[in-house]
Amino acid sequence: MMLKVAVKKTRGSFALDAGFEMPTPGVVALFGRSGCGKSTLVNIIAGLLDADSGHVALDGDVLLDTDSGRCLPPERRRIGYVFQDARLFPHLRVAANLRYGERRAGVPPYVSLDAVADLLDLGSLMNRRTHQLSGGERQRVAMGRALLSQPRLLLLDEPLASLDTARREEVLPYLETLRDQLAIPMVYVSHNFDEVLRLASYIVLMESGKTTAGGDVAGMSLNKGLRSIIGTDAVGAVVDGTVLGIDSSSALMRVKVGSGELKVQALPATVGAKLRVQLLARDLIVATEAPQHLSVRNSLAGVVTAVSSDGDDSDLISIDVGGTLILARVTKAATRELLLAPGLRVWALVKAVSLRSHSFAAPPATSASHPHA
Amino acid sequence: MMWLSSAEIEALHLSLSIAARSVALSLPFAALLAWILTRRRFVGHTLLDAFVHLPLVLPPVMVGYLLLLLFGTRGPIGSWLERAFGIELIFTRNGAALATAVMSFPLMVRAMRISLETVDRGLEDAARTLGAGAIDRFATITLPLMLPGVLAGAITAFSAALGEFGAVITFVSNIPGETRTLPLALYTALQTPDGDAAAARLAFISFVLGLGGLLLSEWFAQRVRRMLGR
Repeated sequence: MMLKVAVKKTRGSFALDAGFEMPTPGVVALFGRSGCGKSTLVNIIAGLLDADSGHVALDGDVLLDTDSGRCLPPERRRIGYVFQDARLFPHLRVAANLRYGERRAGVPPYVSLDAVADLLDLGSLMNRRTHQLSGGERQRVAMGRALLSQPRLLLLDEPLASLDTARREEVLPYLETLRDQLAIPMVYVSHNFDEVLRLASYIVLMESGKTTAGGDVAGMSLNKGLRSIIGTDAVGAVVDGTVLGIDSSSALMRVKVGSGELKVQALPATVGAKLRVQLLARDLIVATEAPQHLSVRNSLAGVVTAVSSDGDDSDLISIDVGGTLILARVTKAATRELLLAPGLRVWALVKAVSLRSHSFAAPPATSASHPHA
Repeated sequence: MMWLSSAEIEALHLSLSIAARSVALSLPFAALLAWILTRRRFVGHTLLDAFVHLPLVLPPVMVGYLLLLLFGTRGPIGSWLERAFGIELIFTRNGAALATAVMSFPLMVRAMRISLETVDRGLEDAARTLGAGAIDRFATITLPLMLPGVLAGAITAFSAALGEFGAVITFVSNIPGETRTLPLALYTALQTPDGDAAAARLAFISFVLGLGGLLLSEWFAQRVRRMLGR
């Protein structure tokens, strides 16, 4: 099952020419700077904006095809939309807001009001008026309302952008819950890379109205265009890791990355669990001999595949660790003195690791009554 | 109301009844026009806008005269209404309601437009993505949110209808018990020798009704604002 999008739209001096495909269910992040056309693109997918030309199809059902003149209105697309500003109906209480879409769904429900209230902890908010809600609560209600319209795709346009960091942390786990429990396909618009790492399985990169690259998170974390957006300090490979073992006495666990192994602080995870491991380029040190007598405990052995300039005085070294690519930042002086070049065998010393559990592969508990059925 | 004469009580009743009919008649059209003028852009938009506001600037007597031409027994609409539905407007309270409706129409449209302009169109978009079609959206989102304007418009129009004089007397004349509303009764009293006391009483009723209407409108507006959390 796929979401396929290829659309064009010109408005004034702004031209959108965007296309991507994603397997469903899954979470695709539309990632790019503010004003690059992300919101325009999701509005076209939702049907709230007309495209000049193009095609949108979800699981084989054509929603928009300008060649044949087909254009379903938004109210018949069955696409849920969570807006940045929530857009709760101010004249209705929370419960009535939630039921608004449920009443109009027109299909047998795959998720009930009780289930949504449970997933998003909305029970205590039901009788509130919308202006009595905090920013985070508003977004949770907006998510619940969109879900209850029984959508087959959920669009989220920077749902956390208007929240402060604390509120963001409060809402993010709920988004992870939706992804894991309902297995509803999501298009997540963001310019916050950290959110993307926590939620998305795929990244589509947008730059000034164009989709310039796309792929899974691991592959995209090496993308040059993406690196230029997230900033020097956030550059680094995101790789898939597998939990090999947990030592409860030292509170450490062993995680397999490529052909290597890292010892990291134990998370509540089981052996065999998949983890997303972020290795920031600035946290890696490159050695040309097997390291000894160091306080840094973790190292990954690999082979240099590329050396690329990363600013005036530093280089990014791509290192192949048994099929998994990682990035390390070193000074140009170090590149010269260590003779770093493709083919050289090196050890990457890992000063810090950032782990994110993810369970995209886990089958949904509710697969029997899936939205695509 | 022991101190009012039966003719004065009659005028009061008649005024309230005619104003109520007038508001009922113009409300749906005013809502539709307010919506069209706020949400649609088309050729002739400015012209339609000006046309709606005409009763504010034309002499009321002239509006009454135009109504006579159109809705009189020999007028194109008036003769058709009588033939098709047996509805007679001239010299009747329904005719008085029509005249006051036309005169207060711009006030109602204005109040609704101001309120409609404050309705966030993003909420209508949200309703669309939740499966609501055009009429559904208008009834469940737009209309409730513009309700303060609808109420304000209705109350203002009702108060204005109570006071309409020129168009009424021109179109439906000044018939006791049928078209003699408060201002017409007041005018008649002033034309009558020894009518001073009656005129004062009628003036006082008009004053109380007008003030009451404005206070009521403000009270409603505050209630609705509180409900919407503004």
